[in-house]
Amino acid sequence: MPKLSENPKPLLVVEKLKKYYPINKGIISRTVGHVKAVDGIDFQIYPGETLALVGESGCGKSTTGRAIVQLDPPTEGRVIFAGQDMAALQGAELRKARTDLQIIFQDPYSSLNPRKRIGDLLAEPLLAHKLAQKSEVSQKVDEILEIVGLTKYHKSRYPHEFSGGQRQRIGIARALILQPKLIVCDEPVSALDVSIQAQVLNLLKDLQKEFQLTYLFIAHGLGAVKYISDRIAIMYLGKIVELAKTQEIFQSPRHPYTQALLHAYPIPNPHLRNRERIVMEGDVPNPANPPMGCRFHTRCPLAKEICREQTPDLTKTTHAVACHFPLV
Amino acid sequence: MENNVLEVDKLQVAFRTDKGEVVSVDEVTFQLKQGETIGIVGESGCGKSVTSLSVMRLLGRTGQIKKGTIRFDGKEITQLPEDQMRGIRGNEISMIFQEPMTSLNPVFSIGNQMLELIRLHMKMSKSEARAYAIDMLKKVGIPRAEQIIDEYPHKLSGGMRQRVMIAMALSCKPKLLIADEPTTALDVTIQAQILELMKKLRQESQTSIMIISHDLGVIAEMADKVLVMYAGQVVEEADVFTLFDDPKHPYTIGLMESIPHLEHDSQQKLYSIPGTVPHLHAMPKGCRFHQRCQHATEQCTTQKPPLLTIQGSSGHRVRCWLYQEEEQMAAGYSQNEVIA
Repeated sequence: MPKLSENPKPLLVVEKLKKYYPINKGIISRTVGHVKAVDGIDFQIYPGETLALVGESGCGKSTTGRAIVQLDPPTEGRVIFAGQDMAALQGAELRKARTDLQIIFQDPYSSLNPRKRIGDLLAEPLLAHKLAQKSEVSQKVDEILEIVGLTKYHKSRYPHEFSGGQRQRIGIARALILQPKLIVCDEPVSALDVSIQAQVLNLLKDLQKEFQLTYLFIAHGLGAVKYISDRIAIMYLGKIVELAKTQEIFQSPRHPYTQALLHAYPIPNPHLRNRERIVMEGDVPNPANPPMGCRFHTRCPLAKEICREQTPDLTKTTHAVACHFPLV
Repeated sequence: MENNVLEVDKLQVAFRTDKGEVVSVDEVTFQLKQGETIGIVGESGCGKSVTSLSVMRLLGRTGQIKKGTIRFDGKEITQLPEDQMRGIRGNEISMIFQEPMTSLNPVFSIGNQMLELIRLHMKMSKSEARAYAIDMLKKVGIPRAEQIIDEYPHKLSGGMRQRVMIAMALSCKPKLLIADEPTTALDVTIQAQILELMKKLRQESQTSIMIISHDLGVIAEMADKVLVMYAGQVVEEADVFTLFDDPKHPYTIGLMESIPHLEHDSQQKLYSIPGTVPHLHAMPKGCRFHQRCQHATEQCTTQKPPLLTIQGSSGHRVRCWLYQEEEQMAAGYSQNEVIA
């Protein structure tokens, strides 16, 4: 557990982050609207902690991760990393910041160049950032392979020779070799088998302890998140609807959406199969045309008049919730 | 004795590859009664999908049922000529696939695809078939079914497409429904909707279901009995309560412990099974799990364990040498005083 009180200064601050993608139509590609993938979110991550970003597909969780590492620079809002506004950085400063801010991608099959050997894949970030002499590179690669549970004999192999779990370890090694402070983990275990998921989650947790890493852990399932995160932010249609400590999210969810997510999760215990639960109706609305007021009101069992008109703000409390009628 | 809708006996399926023949499913045996749901669980490459595709006889040009029998409704179907099989497929046995995005044809409307099947198997006129298709769509909870029927698949969300797939699969009132990872591609809230729907339809129609999943949660929700598969073999078989309360095979136990439960204590280290699933080209000798098993003995590395029945249980079987003594001892004493 990170000591929040001892580290009052957040490592990463996200302020009013927005990411809109234009919808272009017609022969002159006129912009007819925007997909509001992320629509004004705020959060902080403290050194050494893991914040999880959870939501269904299309809620903007991956977009947020990509915007933070400046792969898809935000439309509006600020990303402040270690006291520096990422958007204001250029050239050498941006390069430096990027070594501290790494990302692990979801799909271990498409995120490694199939034509490169593992040794070259891992040496690339070091050489690109000029962080090592040519003579040291090989040794550093050997070390990092050892750390993620592979051996130096894997260096001369190609990605296709590895299983999904091993490839994800290579992805982790590639992020880790630059000795970053914060790693955005974009659904790092979703594509893996159950028994391999546990291996990778354990590895991520061990690495965090060893190298004092800070994680932004993006996931669509609550199981992995429960295990790895200190705090959880639940996203729905581009907004954060609830943000609290992991325990509180699971024990006393305050947003009806969070509760519905918890209810929807299939429990591996057949004795609980007839438990009382809320099954949410309908689909997630189109983010190009989100509902007025609270975005969840179209599926919310508790929606009232005010929910259709006014957008609730995320409260400023430690257990933050954006709902007109939060659950107790 | 009750009639089994499906009886699979010692099924072995092989595929021809560039590197020679590989056996992907070996010695799979199970029975399914009317209205019963069997869950098949395992990791990728364990042969769970191939088992279901063999029942549909959809193994492609390279796949072949080498040994064993599949009896559907009392009829042996492994040797059935293709034209007779076509009368069964989609009619008496139907299937829901994992990817609702790719299993509907994008260039035909929903109605077009549904009508093809209904008219072929149910011999209805065009207008009857259309009315029936709209009925089916309403039954699976599709709003505005009259309009949706003329839409193309790309207009629908993943959950909707899966509902359409279910409507199609159930429209000929099949005796057996095979659902191969029906909710894997969907979000959790949509998954909950689809599972509820399947439960409701199962109650109404008394269809037997074979549900295949890698998610033990889904299996616990849906199945009456469960087969756990590993590297092409059934390693454990039991009714759903026995399996979850008292798993026996080290692989099953490992699998269960490696899922982070919602009640899981986050300070505790997550259990993980070391190593990876062996490759089909290079199956280990003896027990196929022995390289990853912490209880493995000399015997496990050389001799293949048979599927042993756990004494004092009805149909709890496990493919593991650890329970061999238990079986022999229990055979000696009629009482159930065996130390586990």
